Amino acid sequence: MPQPSQDKNGRLLLSGNEAVALAALHCGVALGTGYPGTPSTEILEGFSALGGKAQWAPNEKVAAEVALGAAFAKARVLCTMKHVGLNVAADVLFTMTYSGVDGGYVLVVADDPGLASSQNEQDSRRYAEAAVAPMFEPADSQDAYDLLQVAFATSERWRIPVIFRMTTRVCHSKSPVKPRFAPDVIPTAAETGAPATDFVRNIAGRVMVPGHAKPAHRRLRAKMAEMELWNISQGPNLVEKRSESLGIITAGICYHHIREAAPDASVLKLGMTYPLPLATIRAFAATVDRCVIIEENDPWLATALRAADLRIEAKDDATFRFGELSVDRVKRILNKDTSPEPVPPRGKPPELCKGCPHTTSFEVMKELNCIVSGDIGCYTLAALPPLSAMDMMIDMGASVGMGLGLRHVLPRDQAKRVISVIGDSTFLHSGLPGLVEMAYNPPETGHVLMILDNGTTAMTGQQEHPGTGRHLDGSGTHKVNFEEMAHAAGVKNVFTINPIRERAMLKAVLADSLQKDELTVIIARSPCILAAGRIAAWDKELKAKQAADEPAESGSCECGGTCQH
Amino acid sequence: MTTNQVQTTNIRFAGLGGTGVIKASDIFADVVFRQGHTVKKAEVHGMSQRGGSVQSDVRFGSEVHSPMIPDGACDFLVVMEPTQIEVVRGGLRTSGTLIVPADIDTTKLPSAKSLNVAMLGRLSRHFDFPESAWRESLRANFPEKLHTANDTAFDLGRTP
Ligand SMILES: Cc1ncc(C[n+]2csc(CCOP(=O)(O)OP(=O)(O)O)c2C)c(N)n1
Ligand code: SF4
Repeated sequence: MPQPSQDKNGRLLLSGNEAVALAALHCGVALGTGYPGTPSTEILEGFSALGGKAQWAPNEKVAAEVALGAAFAKARVLCTMKHVGLNVAADVLFTMTYSGVDGGYVLVVADDPGLASSQNEQDSRRYAEAAVAPMFEPADSQDAYDLLQVAFATSERWRIPVIFRMTTRVCHSKSPVKPRFAPDVIPTAAETGAPATDFVRNIAGRVMVPGHAKPAHRRLRAKMAEMELWNISQGPNLVEKRSESLGIITAGICYHHIREAAPDASVLKLGMTYPLPLATIRAFAATVDRCVIIEENDPWLATALRAADLRIEAKDDATFRFGELSVDRVKRILNKDTSPEPVPPRGKPPELCKGCPHTTSFEVMKELNCIVSGDIGCYTLAALPPLSAMDMMIDMGASVGMGLGLRHVLPRDQAKRVISVIGDSTFLHSGLPGLVEMAYNPPETGHVLMILDNGTTAMTGQQEHPGTGRHLDGSGTHKVNFEEMAHAAGVKNVFTINPIRERAMLKAVLADSLQKDELTVIIARSPCILAAGRIAAWDKELKAKQAADEPAESGSCECGGTCQH
Repeated sequence: MTTNQVQTTNIRFAGLGGTGVIKASDIFADVVFRQGHTVKKAEVHGMSQRGGSVQSDVRFGSEVHSPMIPDGACDFLVVMEPTQIEVVRGGLRTSGTLIVPADIDTTKLPSAKSLNVAMLGRLSRHFDFPESAWRESLRANFPEKLHTANDTAFDLGRTP
């Protein structure tokens, strides 16, 4: 990571993600954990580059649980994910608000209004209300830096995990940040105020059986009531009084669109959006003739304020619920203009890189007329022309279950054509339970699962995962073995084939597997061409180290480096 | 009460993934920021794959609000890839400046990859920032082995 730009006043030009990473360092975060996902990925990468301890978990649920354990031990922890990741982590979220924490726990969730690179446009603010977690929403990088500190203080004061909700524009836009410490300083624990870790037994507080959870729910609601009062009196909310005719209530990036679109309007910018500071909002609304809510995606604020009997105006959801807002769209909302918006000319969609191993794998599936139950990753691009070789993609890990479902009910001739295809990172994220299902409830026609092992999480910018044998920072660790996992689950036929160097073999093995009424896992292993150089260099380094440690190893296989041994 | 219209200069970099669009915008934002301006920069960098359309907005002035340039408000539009010119042209103000690869004698580029640096050189003519500021930012953003080639490419664009 190149050094961030710095001006004469000590301000840094940082993206929202970089600002969160720096704030985490300055808050004395003991552990950062998460799973990659645009637009959240650079937070942990940045935190690690700054010297923080950061690691990728196999999925968001595990990350949130690792963070919870650390927070039970009084540590300050940061857990990051994209919006759909919170669906995966939702189970732990809904009950860790009951148990609460002893340290500081900030869960960053990054929404993607406009779907710059996501499979849906969900509005994660609803999770704060549903799981009863306090929520902060930064508007830019300085705000992200400042609010993260408030989020930790809130988490520690009320002993509760806190949601830090960002959006693509906040995560990826750069703006100036004035940090508390010089950029090259790693503050000491005394300077950050981070508490020392310690285990204090609290069975009634942390074992959420019904007898403990019932009072925990009441405690949680009581905390929320207190926090609302605090948010009203001291919350990180900003009132800009400029007009008596027009007042706008907002949070996040929309604040900046509003300041440009309506410089003369009064604005209430909320930094803490759950629990809402209703009295503050009511007082603000009373000072203006017209009070408009500006928010992206769902009418979440608008619904809450209408339920509280406030006379407010909101955007026309038939038009503005879709996509992100901008200066132009805010002007339209304020002018109640719902005429057709200009459609930007279509750019060129991305494609698989030239020489990408996924291309060959999908060509082979296409040649064999497969019905392809697909998954998420670079390889999803195989669904687009010219390949058009993937028939469905919904959520991470779904390829396995959907493929099995198809096999269970389709007529035999169609069922025999079904294959589930999943990337290596996605397989470890949530494909594993699908593999177990495949062995447990095998369809009559058998099934074929292809794992596209390109040695990296390519889609989000080449992150490590448990199958690469590398930590987030590139240092070595145990490498989980896909072949052994398939065998252990109970799959009889397991093949490892290099789709580029052994294309004919891949086609023959796949054709044969589709023919048999058995379970087959094919691991199509060839590195992502963008990561290949790095992977090869690491392999060389590892081999040299192994040779030095234990010379004269015999019986190595002849796969030419395609298998993991 | 009326707030004065804030003067903001808007520069959009556009092209295809892998053509150095984001890098050029990072360097430009760095130069401007080090000159003491308030800068905001917005881009959507989704998937890491190459080849898709990419845009990156840089806005600067004494005060900047939204990081995204409003429709048709670009003062400068720097397009790295000829096929994208018509796709993005609508973003330019009527009085705005379009900078395209045809403005560069690409036969003299030290490498095809250095086009983005030459385009920065071409853009630099429109601002009175010291030449050294541009060169410093180029150095800070590229590995040392590329510094000489980058100097050549930058000169190619900067020298009228
Ligand atoms: C629950 C969830 N978390 C994260 C993401 C973001 N994401 C999409 S695919 C993917 C992993 C892709 O890696 P891999 O399966 O190895 O395929 P590759 O891109 O390398 O081909 C990630 C992290 C997501 N869509 N959903
Ligand atoms: S980044 Fe890697 S996996 Fe993705 S398309 Fe390019 S070569 Fe394929």
